[in-house]
Amino acid sequence: MEPDRTAVPPQAATAPGQPDNPKQAGWRSRIATRHVLRWETGLAVVVVAIGVLGVSTSSEFLTSNNIFNLGLQSGEIAIMALPMTLIIISGEIDLSVASIMGMSSALLGYLFGQGWPLPAIFVVIALVGVVAGAINGLLITRLGLPSLAVTIGTLGLYRGVADIVLGPHTISNFPAAYANIGVDAVPHTDLSFSAAVFIVLAVVFGAVLHFTPAGRSIYAMGASPEAAAFAGIRVKRIKTLLYIASGVICSLAGVLLTFRLSTSVNSNGLGLELDVVAVVLLGGVSIFGGRGTIIGVVLGVLAFAGIQNALLLTNFNQEAASIPVGGLLLVSVFVPNVAAFSRRLRDLISRRSRAVPAATGSGHD
Amino acid sequence: MSTTLAPPREPSGAPADVGSRRLTDRVFRVRESGIIAVLALFVLITAVVQPRFVSSSNIQFILVDTAVYALVALGETMVIITRNVDLSVQSVLALSAYLSAGLFGHVHGIPIPVVFLVGLGIGLACGAANGLMVSLGRVPSLVVTLATLYIIQGIDILVVGGNEVVASSLPSGFVAIPNVTIFGIPWLAIAVAAVIGAGAYYLRSFRSGRELYAIGSNPEGAQLAGIPVARRVFTAFTLCGGIAGVGGVLWAAQYQTINSSAGGTNFSLIVIAAVVVGGVAIFGGSGSAVGAAIGALLLGTINVALDVLGISDFWDQAIAGFLLLLAITLDRGISVRLAEALRKRSARDGT
Repeated sequence: MEPDRTAVPPQAATAPGQPDNPKQAGWRSRIATRHVLRWETGLAVVVVAIGVLGVSTSSEFLTSNNIFNLGLQSGEIAIMALPMTLIIISGEIDLSVASIMGMSSALLGYLFGQGWPLPAIFVVIALVGVVAGAINGLLITRLGLPSLAVTIGTLGLYRGVADIVLGPHTISNFPAAYANIGVDAVPHTDLSFSAAVFIVLAVVFGAVLHFTPAGRSIYAMGASPEAAAFAGIRVKRIKTLLYIASGVICSLAGVLLTFRLSTSVNSNGLGLELDVVAVVLLGGVSIFGGRGTIIGVVLGVLAFAGIQNALLLTNFNQEAASIPVGGLLLVSVFVPNVAAFSRRLRDLISRRSRAVPAATGSGHD
Repeated sequence: MSTTLAPPREPSGAPADVGSRRLTDRVFRVRESGIIAVLALFVLITAVVQPRFVSSSNIQFILVDTAVYALVALGETMVIITRNVDLSVQSVLALSAYLSAGLFGHVHGIPIPVVFLVGLGIGLACGAANGLMVSLGRVPSLVVTLATLYIIQGIDILVVGGNEVVASSLPSGFVAIPNVTIFGIPWLAIAVAAVIGAGAYYLRSFRSGRELYAIGSNPEGAQLAGIPVARRVFTAFTLCGGIAGVGGVLWAAQYQTINSSAGGTNFSLIVIAAVVVGGVAIFGGSGSAVGAAIGALLLGTINVALDVLGISDFWDQAIAGFLLLLAITLDRGISVRLAEALRKRSARDGT
């Protein structure tokens, strides 16, 4: 995905967290404002508010049973959001995630129906995930095609493979030891199996993104692919690896979904790709790339899951949860721009008060 | 059909370079005839294997089936040409389908054109909301329209509740819309083709239409050149919404039983796929409405052709996805070669 998707001038996409000229007066208060204005901080408040609202409207909200359900409902979306975060930060997008999930689910059902042992099936599915991701990655990096278009194509292609493999059949006689993940929590906790997998993977992805040179280079290529390439970062290779990681993780999510529902049909996970993208953007990741954190995405997951769950408990039409989710998404995209706007305003005022035309660092106003 | 594409190392709009313009024209003619060739080949092969495919009833079926997709693809084309995207069309279509068709049950004897106007109005309102946020808020359209997709979908679900519009509540004149034919051609297909023709003419020949291409090729450049970028982008989104609204009414006429899932799960992405298959660049600045319509027709034809050939429906998605990948790969090849040719030519001319 190119960095300039709309007619937004560059400064509108700048992070509120980026420092202005530190020599200017009042920078200390600006740093304080900056932290308050950070989307993650606001989102944490929203998550707490959802929690309070949930507890006050339903005595069931904080019961272990409900916490298990919350993790169960959104676990797979949360898992797929992790590689998506890295891909969006690198300046690309992957709309084929739910189709890879569906393909993995269909293969699991088909091969199981053919009498394959489950461990062998897992290996095959992981390999298919690698291949699916590699096809995305190679088309995007080696042929230079836009990821939005490529992954809409593979969205159809991979879902099509699920259709072809399974046809109209439904496979549902999975062994109880596996299918129980839809009923049982991880021992000694209230976590669903998929929520536990998410937590482990979130730590891994967070560590890679925030504490390794590879992670730093993902930000660099998202902020400016050309500068990153000139700086010696292997942009194409890293992006391809990100897509492969996404393929494998989405295959895993497909397996978890299949066992949770104890059902393999060709439509498993249909339409989830936009939920995954929404969760990531809700977490404050910039669609232009170069900005975002795993913590933010974890909070985004909690907000997304919390809203749906709270509405479920209040007997509200649960599917209408998309209204607050969409509203929050709008807020998430407008808040950083409000900050940028107020910064432009401040610059303008401070420039006037000094009565000297300072060199503008942030383009036209 | 001439379309602008600013090749990377060419000052866009170098005016006096007639030679390169002729070359550009030729290549773009190739680009669109490429899609037509694929469509023709597809029809030919299918017809040879199974002559029933080109029977008039089957062709009518394809045309009616494709009409709504091709229509909404026109609006989406306008938006994508400006280097934006509208993911919310499916929810606009669903909301409009339910509310407009529901009028027949609430207001006895309401004229059909009024219902179309209501659908148009609902769509225009949704599109204007998108357009306002994208153009004035200066925020990425992908995120805004993803959010409005959710919000409008949620509103639709609340409005519909557990109800649905049933076929028996619709007047016969409305239900007959997809079935009326003129000289064997569905009236619906002719109407949609006329709208697409008007849209294509607007994009090609009107100043404000051309400016949409300029905005998509280079947003900042367009702004500096004095093009009212915000207003044009707003208009594109509003029109796109309005078209999706009308599409909703047509959808209701076609499927008659309308609940909150009208349009299906992936309608928006299918429309975008049709647009891209039709040669519209996903990052704006080039492509045509006619190409997008042919893209929609191609995807619709595949659907029916597989059926006729006795290949299971379950191959549809995979083949459509593969075609999309093929289309963007070829498109990329053409634009790379075009840029190269233009560069060579300008080097030879010593400009």
